Amino acid sequence: MIAEALIVSAILFVIGVVGVLTRRNAIILFMCAELMLNAVNLSFVAFAKLHNVTGQVFVVMVMTIAAAEAAVGLAILISVFRHFGTVDLSSIRTLRG
Amino acid sequence: MNGFFEFHFYLFSLLAIASALLFVTRKNPVPAALWLVNVMIALAGLYVMLDAPFVGIIQVLVYAGAIMVVFVFVVMLLNLGRSGISDFRSLGSRLGAGAVGLALLANLLVVQRQNIPRIALAPETDNVVDAVAASLFTDYIVAFELTSLVLLVAVIGAVLLAKKRVRL
Repeated sequence: MIAEALIVSAILFVIGVVGVLTRRNAIILFMCAELMLNAVNLSFVAFAKLHNVTGQVFVVMVMTIAAAEAAVGLAILISVFRHFGTVDLSSIRTLRG
Repeated sequence: MNGFFEFHFYLFSLLAIASALLFVTRKNPVPAALWLVNVMIALAGLYVMLDAPFVGIIQVLVYAGAIMVVFVFVVMLLNLGRSGISDFRSLGSRLGAGAVGLALLANLLVVQRQNIPRIALAPETDNVVDAVAASLFTDYIVAFELTSLVLLVAVIGAVLLAKKRVRL
């Protein structure tokens, strides 16, 4: 059961990576990052069943950091949209403010 | 492990993978977000199967409830829900991404094959929430307090970044 959970975790992580590599919409990219975090969380929970409950503590930490990351990232996205008028990453090319 | 648990474990696994595939192939961000919510709820089911009911509930509350609502809210705020144009990259880079994905998957599966026994070794604890709380509030109390600081900084940063004019 733990080996199966780890395989599911690997597949979900790879789906997230492929999503990041194939999409240009910044919001979708953020969601793919969340999917990857979730895949890692599944690994943590599986290893928590294998060893001890510490893995679940780490999952709580990861979720908190993911919430903080989503808040800051989406605020940056709103700021970028206000400046460029789009969230398409191929049309956001300049670093000038 | 009896058949009932095994059936539901595979059911939630398939649900998670199928929803993730549907999520990553949607053009429109709103259906994509809803399929991602589906992935997270299926993962919550998997957490319950893996003796982590507390994490499963937090997953539904925080991920599916709070974080995805923020995503959908931003899609609504920026009025991105009706974009009909595809945001997929060119065929060449998609094939490249597929190759990278397959290589990474093979890599991960080979790593996971090493020394992972197929049976659970940890003793069955009566109350997982007690064990998580004891570990979180004793061994990892510093990390827990630092997490609250991170959240505070994130709140201030989000407000500052999303304001009309940022004057530093």
